[in-house]
Amino acid sequence: MALTAKEVEDLALKARLKITDAEKEFFAEQLSSILKYVDKLDELDTSEVEPLIYILPVSNRFRADEIRSSASRDEILANGPLVEDFHFKVPKII
Amino acid sequence: MELYELTVHELQKLLARKESSAQEITRSIFSRIHATDEKIASFVTLTEEKAYEKASQIDKMGNYQNLAGIPYALKDLFCTRDIRTTCCSRMLEDFVPPYDSYAGRRLEEAGGILVGKLNMDEFAMGSSTEHSAFFTTRNPWDLQRVPGGSSGGSAAAVAAEQVPFSLGTDTGGSIRQPAAFCGVVGLKPTYGRVSRWGVVSYSSSLDQVGTLTRDVMDAAIILNHISGYDPMDSTSVNTAVPDYTQFLDGEVRGMKIAFPREYFQAGVDEDVRAAVKNALQLYESLGAELEEVSLPCSEYALPTYYLIAPAEASANLARFDGVRYGLRDMEAENVVEMFSQSRARGFGDEVKRRLLLGTYALSSGYYEEYYLKALKVRQLIKQDFERIFADYDLIICPTTTRTAFKIDEEIDDPLTLYMNDILTVPVNMAGLPGMSIPCGFADGLPIGMQIIGRAFDEASMLKAAFAFEQQTEFHRAKPHLEVK
Repeated sequence: MALTAKEVEDLALKARLKITDAEKEFFAEQLSSILKYVDKLDELDTSEVEPLIYILPVSNRFRADEIRSSASRDEILANGPLVEDFHFKVPKII
Repeated sequence: MELYELTVHELQKLLARKESSAQEITRSIFSRIHATDEKIASFVTLTEEKAYEKASQIDKMGNYQNLAGIPYALKDLFCTRDIRTTCCSRMLEDFVPPYDSYAGRRLEEAGGILVGKLNMDEFAMGSSTEHSAFFTTRNPWDLQRVPGGSSGGSAAAVAAEQVPFSLGTDTGGSIRQPAAFCGVVGLKPTYGRVSRWGVVSYSSSLDQVGTLTRDVMDAAIILNHISGYDPMDSTSVNTAVPDYTQFLDGEVRGMKIAFPREYFQAGVDEDVRAAVKNALQLYESLGAELEEVSLPCSEYALPTYYLIAPAEASANLARFDGVRYGLRDMEAENVVEMFSQSRARGFGDEVKRRLLLGTYALSSGYYEEYYLKALKVRQLIKQDFERIFADYDLIICPTTTRTAFKIDEEIDDPLTLYMNDILTVPVNMAGLPGMSIPCGFADGLPIGMQIIGRAFDEASMLKAAFAFEQQTEFHRAKPHLEVK
């Protein structure tokens, strides 16, 4: 399956990735060749196969609802690119 | 003999006899790093001050048990408290984690001395370190060639004797392929054997932490220290961890070893094929039973990988939005622009490629055709291996189709670069343990042999690897490095 520059533009919006017009063309070409390669999977009939979702036999794990220590607020905030009054500050949302 | 040339178990013996000290070893390691790293470029961060501090503490205590006094380094995606952890991405260039990874903490508690953080392909996406946002690491055997990747810094540092061991991660071959290219021992344990807590996620159903060492004994020693159950990683498995060193007896008599014909065919260089075939003959002469088998679905593992891994990455890397940590574009006027522009500036091309591909594979209308199809093929690949492991103890094949390639040789064509992992990816798909050990040379470049075991049977794999090492000298060969 070949991707167009327009389709790449839509994908980039979904992936929250700003890309230039030149990148749209560049990625469309590269992604098309990768998708052409993965089309190889069509050679296999998987109509009767269960998808493998977990490689291990897993189940949900619960822990007791107890208070445990974690990193301090200051440590967590220290990596914030823009912090004000103990909040992460972002541009206006609504 | 310089201290930096010694393996972990050799250093342990010296320390136990008080014939050296943690500080002496640390000095030797840093002098080696300073003499070689201008050429090799394995390290993105050195932690010299902290390392000497720890070494001095250990010497004061004078108790050299476990890994006390043994230097090591971590791939730069293991979170290290108060030490920058970048994933070799502009996105995390200034990120200083408030906590340690589980594996790193285990090494610290065992007395290990962290000397620095190692170069890698950005977010572990790549096979050469050329996708590091900072620089490309050089292969110590030939500085014009790549060390492999994504744990390229981890492999090169061990090969260049900058550290006796390092940790890496392996999602599709990222420990085994660089180990093969650099002529060291690389071990990827079973999925679930080692906790991934504090390791930046790429593809969560495939990622596994593992070791890079100069011999098999060291791989067993380090695996002893990092394995085990961790409630903080819900995929970490609560089963007993044996002492892996006790299986290293040089015996392979009666072991049943399968070699899959597909892994010796098309695309595998003659030199590589011959070296691994020679190794198989050696096993036979030691009393192992060998048989050719078929893993017909393995040829579908790579296309399956390039749907599953990008799909998982597109979800995992959604956390990098410029809000709580990482790079933020300060110019953006609204939130969507802030996300999109921060990510555009923070991520390199390979990461962008995989995020777009993964978003595509998961998007409505394509989910069944791509992602679900890949999960079904993954089931077939796993069943292939299960069938073989019902009758055999181990599978042996080449780690890579050829030896290390030249820098810039493959960077322009993503698909060619992806082919590097064609012999290693199936192992991740099935969640099995795999390792690469040196088994020969072609034109002065190391060749790696891959040993694959049953799930949670790292012991048999290590046993066979050790037996081979006892009979050969490949692991003792050293790259010739002209140093300052």
